[in-house]
Amino acid sequence: MNIDRRRFLGTIAATGAVLAAPAAIGQTRPRVVVIGGGTGGATCARYLAKDSDGALDVTLVEPAEVYYTCFFSNLYIGGFREFESLAHRYDKLTGDYGITHARFMATGVDRAAGTVTLAGGEVLAYDRLVIAPGIDFVDGSVPGWDLAQAEVMPHAYKAGPQTQLLKRQVEAMREGGTFCMVAPPNPYRCPPGPYERVSMVAHVLKAKNPTAKILIVDPKEKYSKQGLFEEGWEKHYPGMITRIGPDFGAANVEVRPDAMEVVIDGEVEKVDVCNVIPAQKAGTISATAGVTDDGGWAPVNPHSMASRADPRVFVLGDASAQGDMPKSGFSANSQAKVAAMTIRAELTGSKAFPAKYSNTCWSLIDTDDGVKVGASYVATDEKIASVDSFISQTGEDADLRKATYEESLGWYAGITADIFG
Amino acid sequence: MRGRGTLRLALCLALIPALGIKALSATEIGNAENGSAVWADCSGCHEIGPGAENATGPKLNGVFGRRAASLPDFNYSKSLTRAGRDGVVWTLETLDAYIANPRTFASGTRMSYPGLGDADKRADLLAFLRDFSDRPRDIPEAAPTARRDVPELAPEILALKGDPEFGEYLAAECQTCHRADGTDEGIPSITHWPAENFVLAMHAYRQKLRPHPVMQMMAGRLTEEEIAALAAYFETIAD
Repeated sequence: MNIDRRRFLGTIAATGAVLAAPAAIGQTRPRVVVIGGGTGGATCARYLAKDSDGALDVTLVEPAEVYYTCFFSNLYIGGFREFESLAHRYDKLTGDYGITHARFMATGVDRAAGTVTLAGGEVLAYDRLVIAPGIDFVDGSVPGWDLAQAEVMPHAYKAGPQTQLLKRQVEAMREGGTFCMVAPPNPYRCPPGPYERVSMVAHVLKAKNPTAKILIVDPKEKYSKQGLFEEGWEKHYPGMITRIGPDFGAANVEVRPDAMEVVIDGEVEKVDVCNVIPAQKAGTISATAGVTDDGGWAPVNPHSMASRADPRVFVLGDASAQGDMPKSGFSANSQAKVAAMTIRAELTGSKAFPAKYSNTCWSLIDTDDGVKVGASYVATDEKIASVDSFISQTGEDADLRKATYEESLGWYAGITADIFG
Repeated sequence: MRGRGTLRLALCLALIPALGIKALSATEIGNAENGSAVWADCSGCHEIGPGAENATGPKLNGVFGRRAASLPDFNYSKSLTRAGRDGVVWTLETLDAYIANPRTFASGTRMSYPGLGDADKRADLLAFLRDFSDRPRDIPEAAPTARRDVPELAPEILALKGDPEFGEYLAAECQTCHRADGTDEGIPSITHWPAENFVLAMHAYRQKLRPHPVMQMMAGRLTEEEIAALAAYFETIAD
């Protein structure tokens, strides 16, 4: 540990001295451009600005004025949260922390020149670039579906109008109808997310449409918190939910949005609502910047979250390929702090500390029935490696499950304050 | 320092018969003896009785009739300071409302207590608290009550001086859940604890004396130096 740490600190000090030099000569504040105003990007921007006390010039490139958190958006579908409670604005980041909000898409990255081009034509120079674009969908991963079909068969896997659409569809579904979810293959954003969503849809249907059915078409053998979800579904929604796994052909699925049909290994199923969550890859700008691998994700140095392709570029959250951490908001927030600490050390000479990462994911199965899973991680040269973990147990009493749910509400308040100020 | 918790626990147990007698004089509020059981939920942070000191929460001797946030040597939340400035005085009514729902009474309070909905239990607790306020001369000698789940720690661990700058970096990990401004919306407040209480709590999680799985995991991989650094940072964190 000590040797690792010394070597790590030594690396930081050396690269910092070389790379920070141009900024110092220019007599301007070192510039950090952050692409993406979600959990990873906004956390990183805030920690950079907050901890450098104005010594860094931080620009957040994000076209949206309002960010809707993907985490807790299932609870909106289930009727446990108002849509507006998912909304967060950037006014504290700009007002209290002096971050510049460039309200454009980033369309190009020139790593040799150290510049980012925005959709408005503006070119931003950077000393360090942070890429935190979240996910995009892999074209053709579910035959018959593309983004143009998302108005008919929503993905609802980027929170916002898609989430509202799916909720409306569930509530308007015909009596005794079938809700189908095409679940994604690994790796994807929020491992328990699809199954929490099924729980929330079941919660709505149980009250409004109790003869309705839920069909999960899942290309994976197993999934996150499986035992907890299965126990909860049996308890709260007996007979409502069926999951078809790859052993029954779920890896061979096609959808027909015009006919509202799902074809599973050649068998045609008529459905009433279809939530297609396709295979995923790093947000497109990552590939544009040339920092992704053949799998579509961006490999990073586990000690710092710096891209394996370019030490001046950092990739955070869902877009990164880092090892054992799940693609979650909690993970992105955790990674953002390590990146911010590293960037600050490189550009301002502040102290660098060894990376620490952690994650916890809460899920709601039904009213006051919350569960959680979590782990802590260390950076090895090869990957971010899990060192310890825990998971809620089956058969826990109602008080503990309620406390777990209430804890998740506190976490939401805490992390959103930590991200957006 | 070793064994301090055990000593306190013993003294606390010795106190219970005396409290039973006092309960008779407090029947018009509630049952102080029953209240001493409710107090177990408070005693992790508050001390009461002769020799009580401010800890994670302020000492509660003589709380009745006291203006809110008025102990000179305790660092209160902005919310309670404002309440005190606005003239809130702790009476049976105001304490009852605060204990019933702390965050409704003072939205930014750092008291990590979800509230006590049972009016009878509140009355019992108030009777217990009142025994330490009304006529202090009549109260039998008592030591501060025990902190729960206090781990055995070598003096050199408690003597470690933490590096607040290191603590600030480590604290970022805590602040994904625990709010930097000290408010509690479902995850306990951890700001402005006396460093020793913080160290004891973290080692209690490390030794699995405290039950929470997330905290057992988080504390479990912190070194003694890291715990000391976090304690130093959170004790002095700016609001």
